[in-house]
Amino acid sequence: MRKILSVFLVPVFALLFSFNAKSESLTLGWAAWDPANALQELSKEFTAETGVEMNFEFVPWPNFAERMLNELNNQGKTFDLLIGDSQWIGQGAEYGHYVKLNDFFDANGISMDDFNPATVYAYSTWPKGSPNYYALPAMGDALAWAYRKDWFDRPELQAEFKSKHGYDLGVPKTWDELYDMCTFFQGREIDGQVRYGAAINTERGSEGITMGVTAAMYAWGMQYENPDNPYEMDGYFNSDASVEAVEFYRKMYEDCAPPGHSDAYMVANLDAYKSGQVAFQMNWYAFWPGVSKEDSDGRVSGFFANPCQNVCAATLGGQGISVVSYSDKQDLALEYMKWFAKPDIQQKWWDLGGYSCHMDVLGSPDFVDSAVYAQGFLDSMGIVKDFWQEPTFVELMLPMQERIHDYVVNGKGSAKDALDKIIDDWTEVFEDDGKI
Amino acid sequence: MKSAVKKFKGLSDKAIAWIFIAPTLILLLAINIYPLIYAIRMSFTNFYANKIGREVKFVGLKNYKKILGKEEIWEKMQITAHFVCWTLVLQALIGLGLALLLNKKFKGNELLTTLIVLPMMLSPAVVGVFWTYLYNPQVGLFNYVVNFFYDFGIFDMIGSSTLAPWSIVIVDTWMWTPFTMLICLAGLRSIPNYLYEAAEVDRASKWQQFIHITLPSVLPFLLLALLFRGIENFKMFDLVAELTSGGPGSATELASINLKREAFEKWKTGYSSAFAVILFVTIFGFGNVYVKVMNKIKER
Repeated sequence: MRKILSVFLVPVFALLFSFNAKSESLTLGWAAWDPANALQELSKEFTAETGVEMNFEFVPWPNFAERMLNELNNQGKTFDLLIGDSQWIGQGAEYGHYVKLNDFFDANGISMDDFNPATVYAYSTWPKGSPNYYALPAMGDALAWAYRKDWFDRPELQAEFKSKHGYDLGVPKTWDELYDMCTFFQGREIDGQVRYGAAINTERGSEGITMGVTAAMYAWGMQYENPDNPYEMDGYFNSDASVEAVEFYRKMYEDCAPPGHSDAYMVANLDAYKSGQVAFQMNWYAFWPGVSKEDSDGRVSGFFANPCQNVCAATLGGQGISVVSYSDKQDLALEYMKWFAKPDIQQKWWDLGGYSCHMDVLGSPDFVDSAVYAQGFLDSMGIVKDFWQEPTFVELMLPMQERIHDYVVNGKGSAKDALDKIIDDWTEVFEDDGKI
Repeated sequence: MKSAVKKFKGLSDKAIAWIFIAPTLILLLAINIYPLIYAIRMSFTNFYANKIGREVKFVGLKNYKKILGKEEIWEKMQITAHFVCWTLVLQALIGLGLALLLNKKFKGNELLTTLIVLPMMLSPAVVGVFWTYLYNPQVGLFNYVVNFFYDFGIFDMIGSSTLAPWSIVIVDTWMWTPFTMLICLAGLRSIPNYLYEAAEVDRASKWQQFIHITLPSVLPFLLLALLFRGIENFKMFDLVAELTSGGPGSATELASINLKREAFEKWKTGYSSAFAVILFVTIFGFGNVYVKVMNKIKER
């Protein structure tokens, strides 16, 4: 009997003790994409060092904002740490979702000067640019472009393009050049298959088309508001240059996108590119390690920062890591953040495919040669611009999604009408929020 | 035990009836009536569920005035009306046609019925996702089949503002016609044979039999099916959200999709409660009128 008991009880107690030993755990929420897998891999080191088990909940991008913001609005305790979009910082700070990190940074010698200034401004501060920090820059990102280098390298295509446009087929320096190249490939048969110009963002549901069209609008010099009079948008957001940029984006959609590319964002663009449908894809830097990994000799794909037009600018992506104020394990979560901020961990983060914002990593002499897209990333992070980061950013994003999609994809009305209506919608939101 | 039985015996019939009804009534009050009253109350406020600590003010009829005066809301209502009307017309015609066909006895009748009924057993979200693939202009089967009959070239069902409203009508019709068909089939099978035998004796043609016997008998069943489908389609969300997300632009943004965006993305709780009340009253009003008309038809 004793033997039987020992056979059953020993494993039961062992299991109970093992649970007890691993009772300290943290849950981190982020979007489900390649960098999240890299972070999961990196975090094993934290578990090895501290014994704290790391749990992850990665939500697919189309539902990411809805899932996480619902969680925060309900003051949920699911997450101890959250890697939230840059636009959420205003909401996170003003509604008390995120823990203010200034005292923690001071106590632990974490200096924001050690991180890329654009990322600190975008991911960490609220009010914008003030020394009030609610996140640590975790994942630098910007909207960029990948192109089929192997097609561009074909002498017969190079010759044909030069005779048609008078300049070399290569990385486009402006949006006009990008358009020439996209239309050059549109409907062209290469290796027995019909190819198309570019997979650009056209998604309607979350933020896709806004992120795409602003890449053009920023390059045309768009400003959301009067820099001297906040929330004065008329004449800035709907300036002639902005209108031209939106019209140009529609031209890109009509003349360069593959058929059926009317509701496409990250994965759809990636699929169109990987399946050989398009010469260019617009996407976030976060996807380039995956694209690059499948092209070990660098023959197929090339990468470049958002082309300039009137000015050089790029749409900001990326996220900061924050401690959720409703978590019961804030101290432990701060421990993780302290560990994550270490320069050697940041270097490992970059090596695994995460985009570190730490100056030690970005400023390292080896950085530019460490990946084919590294130089583009550095260039982009110097020229990034972001959407509104107001607490009401979702209310600001949705009308823009609808109006721009209505014009670009649906072909309804004019670009000027669309921008004017967006200003009307935004004015209503700001009035309701007491900002105007 | 005996005393319990005794106590139970001591209760009046009315009291026993209340005991049996009470759990359902409590559930109904908790799950339906209370939220409805709460939503009506919210609809008169400026409440935002995500703005913690913000003062909730009574705004009277402001939300209702705003909604009813908004051109875009009427556009969404038109889109919804287009969707509801066309799906009902198509589902009535095709459903009745299929029911008449399957009411005949032939080999494989049961297998064919099962196959036709399959689409309505699927999850609307799944149907939405796989129809996006079927509609894909490059690799989708839909374009291939259409072009097989007439060469339209490449066309984008869900990317074109003209075609997208029809794309959702087609998918809903594909999915829910079997429901109309099943209800009509039940109606057809309830028609006594002697009516047709008497008509044969009176030398009535097949068309006359259909007009004077089949149609009047099956009409109440068909109307009932359309009532269910009408209510469901008025608040259609999942299938369309997966298929088009309301796009392109707002070409397929049904009232319910717009309501969800206002309520759970913009978090305009007061405003969206008012919109929900308006939709509820609309469905309730139409439903009541429809039931009255249906009863009159039944009485005839």
